[in-house]
Amino acid sequence: MAVLQFFPPSSPIVSARLHPVVLFNICDCYVRRPDQADRVIGTLLGSVSDGVVEIKNSYAVPHNESADQVALDVEYHRNMYLSHLKVNPKEVLVGWFSTGFGVSGGSSLIHDFYVKELKDSVKDLKDAQNSVPPLHLTVDTGFRNGEASIKAYVSVNLSLGDRPLAAQFQEIPLDLRMIEAERVGFDILKTTVVDKLPNDLEGMEASMERLYALIDDIYKYVDDAVEGRAALDNDIGRFLADALASVPKISPAAFDKVFNDKIQDNLALVYLSSLIRAQLGIAEKLNTAAQIL
Amino acid sequence: MANTMARSFLQAVSSSEEVAPPLRVVQMEGLAVLKIIKHCNEFSPALVTGQLLGLDVGSVLEVTNCFPFPIREEDEEIEADGANYQLEMMRCLREVNVDNNTIGWYQSTLLGSFQTVELIETFMNYQENIRRCVCIIYDPSRSSQGALALKALKLTDSFMDLHRKNNFTGEKLREKKLSWVDIFEEIPIKISNPALISAFMTELEPESPVAQCDYDRLKLSTAPYMERNLEFLIDCMEDLSSEQNKFQYYYRSLSRQQAQQQAWLQKRRVENMARKAAGEEPLPEEDPSNSIFKPIPEPSHLDSYLITNQISNYCNQINGVAGQNFSRLYIMKALHEN
Repeated sequence: MAVLQFFPPSSPIVSARLHPVVLFNICDCYVRRPDQADRVIGTLLGSVSDGVVEIKNSYAVPHNESADQVALDVEYHRNMYLSHLKVNPKEVLVGWFSTGFGVSGGSSLIHDFYVKELKDSVKDLKDAQNSVPPLHLTVDTGFRNGEASIKAYVSVNLSLGDRPLAAQFQEIPLDLRMIEAERVGFDILKTTVVDKLPNDLEGMEASMERLYALIDDIYKYVDDAVEGRAALDNDIGRFLADALASVPKISPAAFDKVFNDKIQDNLALVYLSSLIRAQLGIAEKLNTAAQIL
Repeated sequence: MANTMARSFLQAVSSSEEVAPPLRVVQMEGLAVLKIIKHCNEFSPALVTGQLLGLDVGSVLEVTNCFPFPIREEDEEIEADGANYQLEMMRCLREVNVDNNTIGWYQSTLLGSFQTVELIETFMNYQENIRRCVCIIYDPSRSSQGALALKALKLTDSFMDLHRKNNFTGEKLREKKLSWVDIFEEIPIKISNPALISAFMTELEPESPVAQCDYDRLKLSTAPYMERNLEFLIDCMEDLSSEQNKFQYYYRSLSRQQAQQQAWLQKRRVENMARKAAGEEPLPEEDPSNSIFKPIPEPSHLDSYLITNQISNYCNQINGVAGQNFSRLYIMKALHEN
């Protein structure tokens, strides 16, 4: 009796995490693609730890696609891979990406190619634990469902008895949290043109406004909850209580002392830096003063 | 008829290209910004560099892409490797339609101590080949305070002229009215993003109004950063005072030499008068072989200017962080009172 068997990958991939650089790069490659190409294909680089694949870098690979065959520029892929390894030897091949919605027929051929590439590169690096199958990432630049769908797949081989039947692309959870992009500031990365980078104080002001808005929201929610207008949620209440309890309890006198000390320290620093600037002005005048012969 | 019109149009275009408009703005793409940040953060605290690619359009220098340089060991053979790597990367990027035009380089820095002689030399090297180039400096330690510490720098034209002649004496500097602020020129940075990325980012923006950069900015513990800043500042002040000592020594020895020259001249004049009285040939009033007439070389002002630049940078940073500290402390106070 023939049994349909799943062959799970040697070390299971649980999820993947995408860095915003990769997304930016993919979109840039898509915008710059040659006119006759429908989609862009490229390699993903990153690292694997505990079943979580971190996708940190990527580059596009030129390819030719027609109705029945797909041709990928292997030399180019290998050259770029070596160049990237020179900069950062820890970023290894973890998969490939393609723009467009869903997985198409040609994708399985390309995926096989990348499986082979990964095996080759692992042999080079002599990294036996890193026997993770390659990841396939699709980025829907056409916004087909009216939303941005970025999905990651792992291929699982289906076989009937001893005969290999098909490769099934299973979707795995993708973490798109973009903490690095948050650091830069979403308002810089979101709009098409930003005229000026915010300096220290402007950034501080923006953060304080956001904090203020948050506190306002919480106040309104608590008011509503007390008056019975909003649903009472135990979890939220507990979170709020925890947050308020985390303010350290210091007696007013001690707090005043700490506060004044810090203010004086900062004032001393500002005074010091102004003094140094005055010193610089004088030093320059002395050094280039006309000589009295 | 069409020919003459075409020719005059070409002439008009070619004549207008003679005058290059001054560089006013550096426009970076979000992709280049993120790549620079990623590369510098990965290798911090080591200092890394990379190449900028883009377009030179009118008074705007557009940076559309960049690639990192591998860390070069102190080895002679890797010089050729580095050049090969660069050519390889440029060739490969050309195939995927990335702008193949080098317009400068970027480097990471530690607390803003980037004004060195090497920077100036790299600038001069680049300036020989490219008409307009810029250097982007990224400071990962300041960015961990929540501010995006990206700066675009260029050498001023007057400084470059002076450097070519390699002449940094006090007179020349006074002539050109060049002071330490005139060495580097900071150019404002604009950031642009293609519409596709803008759509993606708008989709993927998290719901909460507070982001990671806010957490960084509202952190109360800035003491380690300030301490390191002050340490560097103190070191620089010591360097500056040693430079000033050099100048003082030069002035003192110059005035001493002049006193010696006067004394020698007096002696010669007296001798000559005696000789004239005796009817002999007067001796010449100059004696180039005498060592007191050898001109003492004036120490170059370049180092002291660079150090002054660094010090002023540190002062600015300290001021910035102290200002932020004040706001944070007052928030804490208000929170405590409630």
